[in-house]
Amino acid sequence: MPGSVTSDIIKPPAPPRGGGFGGGGGGPEGWGASRRASMTGLMVLLAATTMAFAAFTSAFVVRRGMSNDWVDMRLPRIVWVNTAVLLASSLLLELARRSLKTGRRSGFNRYWTAGTVLGGLFLVGQAMAWRQLNQAGIFVSSNPSSSFFYLLTATHGVHILGGLSALVYVDVQALRLRLGPVKRTAVDVSAMFWHFVDGIWLYLMVLFLVWG
Amino acid sequence: MLLAPIIWVLTVIIMYFFAAKVWWFPPPISQHGLAYDAQFMRTLVITGIIFFFAQFALGWVIFRYRNDGRRASYSHGNNKWETIWTSATAVLFVGLVLTGTKIWVAVHLAEPDPHAIPIELMSKQFAFQFRYPGPDGKFGATDLTQVNDAAGNPFGLIDADPAGKDDIVSASLKVPVGKPIKLIMHSRDVIHNFFVRELRMKQDIVPGMEIPLYFQADTLGTYEIPCSELCGLGHFQMRSTMQVMAEADFEKWKQEQAANK
Amino acid sequence: MHAHHAPQGFIRKYVFSLDHKVIGIQYYFLALFSVVVGMSLSLLMRFHMVNPDAKVGWFGTLWPTAAQGGIMTPELYLSLMTMHGTIMVFFVLTTAPQGGFGNYFLPIQIGAEDMAFPVLNMLSFWTTLVALAVMVSAFFVEGGAPLSGWTGYPPLSGIGKLAGPGEGLGQTLWIVSIAIFCGASLMGAINFIATLIDLRCQGMSLMRLPLTCWTWFVTAILGLLGFAVLLAAGVLLILDRSLGTSFFIPGGLMVSDQILNHKGGSPLLWQHLFWFFGHPEVYIAILPGMGVTSQLLATFARKAVFGYRAMVYAILSIGFLGFLVWGHHMFMSGMSPYSAMAFSVLTMAIGVPSAIKTFNWIGTLWGGKIRFTTAMLFALGFVSLFITGGLSGIFLGQPALDLYFHDTYFVVGHFHMIMGVAAIFGMFAGTFYWFPKMFGRMMNETLGKIHFYCTFVGVYAIFTPMHYLGIAGNPRRYSDFTNFDFLGKLLPVHVFMTHAAYFTAAAQILFFINLFWSLKFGKKAPMNPWEATTLEWTIPSPPPFDNFGGQHPVVNHGPYEYSVPGAPRDFIMQTDPVDVHAE
Repeated sequence: MPGSVTSDIIKPPAPPRGGGFGGGGGGPEGWGASRRASMTGLMVLLAATTMAFAAFTSAFVVRRGMSNDWVDMRLPRIVWVNTAVLLASSLLLELARRSLKTGRRSGFNRYWTAGTVLGGLFLVGQAMAWRQLNQAGIFVSSNPSSSFFYLLTATHGVHILGGLSALVYVDVQALRLRLGPVKRTAVDVSAMFWHFVDGIWLYLMVLFLVWG
Repeated sequence: MLLAPIIWVLTVIIMYFFAAKVWWFPPPISQHGLAYDAQFMRTLVITGIIFFFAQFALGWVIFRYRNDGRRASYSHGNNKWETIWTSATAVLFVGLVLTGTKIWVAVHLAEPDPHAIPIELMSKQFAFQFRYPGPDGKFGATDLTQVNDAAGNPFGLIDADPAGKDDIVSASLKVPVGKPIKLIMHSRDVIHNFFVRELRMKQDIVPGMEIPLYFQADTLGTYEIPCSELCGLGHFQMRSTMQVMAEADFEKWKQEQAANK
Repeated sequence: MHAHHAPQGFIRKYVFSLDHKVIGIQYYFLALFSVVVGMSLSLLMRFHMVNPDAKVGWFGTLWPTAAQGGIMTPELYLSLMTMHGTIMVFFVLTTAPQGGFGNYFLPIQIGAEDMAFPVLNMLSFWTTLVALAVMVSAFFVEGGAPLSGWTGYPPLSGIGKLAGPGEGLGQTLWIVSIAIFCGASLMGAINFIATLIDLRCQGMSLMRLPLTCWTWFVTAILGLLGFAVLLAAGVLLILDRSLGTSFFIPGGLMVSDQILNHKGGSPLLWQHLFWFFGHPEVYIAILPGMGVTSQLLATFARKAVFGYRAMVYAILSIGFLGFLVWGHHMFMSGMSPYSAMAFSVLTMAIGVPSAIKTFNWIGTLWGGKIRFTTAMLFALGFVSLFITGGLSGIFLGQPALDLYFHDTYFVVGHFHMIMGVAAIFGMFAGTFYWFPKMFGRMMNETLGKIHFYCTFVGVYAIFTPMHYLGIAGNPRRYSDFTNFDFLGKLLPVHVFMTHAAYFTAAAQILFFINLFWSLKFGKKAPMNPWEATTLEWTIPSPPPFDNFGGQHPVVNHGPYEYSVPGAPRDFIMQTDPVDVHAE
């Protein structure tokens, strides 16, 4: 065929379905971004988050290895409770999604709300952990190990806050019975982000326990 | 078109200033400097040839293929040429690195000379200070709380340590010619950098690190030391000198310094 | 994706717009403002370097403390220098090529109606603007703007006011601004990547993408991974400055006769984190310009890009290798000499795809039929400047040679050639090429050509001598050259460069006149003034709010089908029917 470049490697994407570029509202940022794009966007966001925590991890490893003033920090006990709460919230979100798949809306509402509430409780628990450390005289500048603890929990907390806003948004939409098929993407994206941030927390716990 | 001769003229002018060495290195004063200059010339010749041919070719295609009514040819490329110039570039570039490796290894990875004369360098905003261990061959202990620039104790030598009594502190670097030197570098505040053009050597001085620099100067003379890492508002004034003296003069200088204490 | 109706009302249409085209123009004008600020700063710097004791009345008015009596102090010089670098790198080179042209043309070139996330797109622009406002505000606070350079190495940047004027609030604002910018950049990256992967129209396979789209795509990935690390570094630095941590500050420091409280931190850690971002950043600055150059050379030589596939692999390799070479900024830093050797080999390796691109550009021109429009001149200029700037990198990539050249004007010459000139030429080229599409009018070619020649010669005159200064050992970041014997002898070179800078800056007035005059009075532009092949040339100039008027384009051809033997005209548009001879 004169003129065409070598054969396509990627199959061209199918044209947009059902109404194409005009499709109804919904999606967490309005104007109904397509599901596939939202998933890609989520992956990209997760990649960036990973890089930020990777950078902090490398700082952690370098700092720990290079001077002799690192004093291992004892984790406040409430942190274990918080971890359980966070894991439970992820579990509840998954149960919510299962309910939604089988059409049980009220089941979805219950589980999702419970998961969101537990997510909020996690943050409260983290604040209490900080308070306990303060009371024990361990501040951000006390020791490199505590510097990293505050830094990493704060950064993680910021991500939890972001995830929580998404969870709350979905919850409000669900309770107002405005969770149509297009908003399923919002459900999935928020849940996946939440699980990822949950995973980051587990990673941080391992970091603190093994090296902190 | 007009662009072609402009590119050619610029190319020639640029190459002229390199070839004529109008603004150039000062003469080297060490073996390392000679090796350095050879590697530089190798790189300059290779990049110069590439520079000339690339700019020439660019000017040529601009001139030759300006629109004169012909139809353009149709081609999506040429794998043979692609392979040739890719390989050539890779070989040349990596080759250059490899030939330079010996120089790098000699400066930073060679077995340190056990007879190298130790001289301590302490950099601060905005001066270099040098310290010699004195006849006892030992550097006296220091403490930050004892630092007093105004009273002539920039290193913070402690009274209590007798080894420090004969240490010689100097604002400029004096070294004997033809002898290996070990410069032990510290910084008291921010990052500075020790640079002597004639030695063809520089090294960042990082607070919190003790960084040794080994060199040997083979030519008498006085050479300027400009700080070469941004260290604050006085960076442009942070200057010292390295004086390379005959060994006898160096010994005499040390004795004079000791006597003046 | 879009509401069915076009946006109404001035605010919705031109201020808080969700339209990627409006947002692209907003980014472009943000960059234009920033480049004027950045260029003015550089002129002040060049003036001071050759007139350090000059009394200039309005200096004293603008900066009563830092320029008492109208004489610029060294600290003022350094703060101007810091802000020059920061504003240019972030608010010019990281905005216009990507946020400006990329935002405008990526969706159109892939046949989409808008970016994947229009609200996020709008937010990314406004966040960038906030970052710029915070950055500029550093000039106006007590102590003024920071003086630690755009690289902000601690301890100089990490210990507050003790280190020097501007290191108090000024430095904090700088870090905050950059942190905000990181957020904006991340938002942009999400959009670019999702849009390119998921919103391509039918027939637009990856190997039919215009090279501009490939560069915007890889640039977005670089930004995504790099800015996250910069953000992390910035957070650590703020903690060191404000909360007494010691990530970067070691113990045993005495500054301004005060012993500091920090302990155990590593200045090198900052450098690693910063340059892990910093090196990809410079590829972010240059890749879009490379894409534009490829696009324009093909369009105006009426010839397909030589080795399209190789060009794509080169872009991908540059992106990938760009993450592995950051240590070449740290050869003299005190890091392990073994690491230096590894970084050096990788750095030389990255020279290879860059060389491939250069040879392929020349190959594209070979056998072509060149039309010398202003846009084409800038693209050709890009190639010449990239050759010059790239080759000086061969010296710096060798640690053995860096033993002399680190922190000299050789480095300054190198990065200005590549970023301060080649990348800017990419933006000029993009401007002259796409202005007709964006604004529906043609720019003035005569004015454009005069501007081009003055600028091309001017930038060579400013930045080539820096390499000679580097060979003579002239250190960088010096506010004046009166303290060293060997520097005094080099002053005439600085004087020459200063005059070249004045001349070149003055020549830019022609560009501004051309730009603003043409916005209003330029000749009306047809749909496809350059007879080009990519999708943006199939829609009106300027395009309707939804780009393709509700149609879904179908692509049947590659992006650079020029002068195809047997075709009815010397270009085949990507959306032309499969059989170009069909009715």
